[in-house]
Amino acid sequence: MDIGNLFTIFVTAVLINNVILNQFLGMCPFMGVSKKSSSAIGMGGAVTFVIVAAAIVTYGLYHGVLAPLHIEYMDLITFILVIASLVQLTEMIIKKTSPSLYKALGVYLPLITTNCAVLMVALENIKQGYDFAEMLTYSFAIPIGFTLVLYIFSTIRERLDAAKTPAAFRGNPIALIVAAMMALAFSGLMGLV
Amino acid sequence: MNRKENFTAGFIRENPVFSLYLGICSTLAITTTLNNAIGMGVAVIAVLIMSNVIISLIRNITPNEIRIPVYIVVIATLVKIIQMLIKAYAASLDTALGVFIPLIVVNCIILGRAESFASKNNVFDSALDGLGMGLGYTCSLIVMSVIRQVISTGVLNFTNPFDATQMIFEFRIIPEDYVISVFNQPFGAFVTFALLAAALAGYKNAKTAKAEKKKKAQEAAQAALAKEAK
Repeated sequence: MDIGNLFTIFVTAVLINNVILNQFLGMCPFMGVSKKSSSAIGMGGAVTFVIVAAAIVTYGLYHGVLAPLHIEYMDLITFILVIASLVQLTEMIIKKTSPSLYKALGVYLPLITTNCAVLMVALENIKQGYDFAEMLTYSFAIPIGFTLVLYIFSTIRERLDAAKTPAAFRGNPIALIVAAMMALAFSGLMGLV
Repeated sequence: MNRKENFTAGFIRENPVFSLYLGICSTLAITTTLNNAIGMGVAVIAVLIMSNVIISLIRNITPNEIRIPVYIVVIATLVKIIQMLIKAYAASLDTALGVFIPLIVVNCIILGRAESFASKNNVFDSALDGLGMGLGYTCSLIVMSVIRQVISTGVLNFTNPFDATQMIFEFRIIPEDYVISVFNQPFGAFVTFALLAAALAGYKNAKTAKAEKKKKAQEAAQAALAKEAK
């Protein structure tokens, strides 16, 4: 196993090809639950769990069932069902362990099913031909990048609420301008690897 | 709501992208060129119409508790078919859109219309709703991609999606020395989107303000009339 290679995958996925700012995936929770930094962390945790679990299960299913049977074209349907069930499981766990977080996340919790980042990670693991270690690294790095950006963004948005903004920009448009500035800042990390 | 209203809702009033913020992942990512925007738009329209029709057909036999998984399976099957067709007949589009074609499965517009419209209405209305919403989505993509492509490259062009070597039209709008290439990057995507969303919100604000003013004037006139009658 090549540690350097894994490190490159990790840094690329967290900072350079950041899932939100560079690939525009997971925009719904990015706009929806970024109003408070505490719910941003909760969301990040839930997404991390779902992405890693979904990546491991779909990776196993693809290489254990779909590829040997030569029914690779069933990948989308299989993956989305795995993700939907895992989200349901996460929802049940959070509801039991932390009712306050459950309330704060609201509708965005079941919507993790339609969080493009989850499906993207599952598909990308197969497309890039990652081995098991690379797959694990990549599946951890993507949600870490997601949580990092979501948290930074939520702290800015908390300040933004108190700021004076033109009526038309209030709410989401000004938040998107902030996201644009963050994307510009993150693009400065491009030469890192 | 009549059929015409239902069809046109997706363009401005309930524009899925700029006012409901649905399906914005793909909007931000693929609007770098007009070709991508039209290709993606057509793929989404096709999936949206077919999924609305199928879900409307099975709406009475789907058990309520498991309707979301059923919808997702229907949508995933349709998307896979479209993906295979694009791969076979429009290879250049397939490389340009990449992972965003399979990601149509998780485009909130499609599941959203299935849940909020097709599961309650008949087949014809659902197909019409799918076409209207899909066209609204495509128009948003086209507007955004034209802005971004023209500012970042200065050229507006469209190539035949089935044969990448055949150029259908090409204009140079901005001289080469004055283009702002950062509009090709994520920064440009966010800024363009924010400005368009703000423009739509401003237009809506102005409209409601006007309506309120009119209502107030009417009330004042009525009050004056009532006073006179006394």
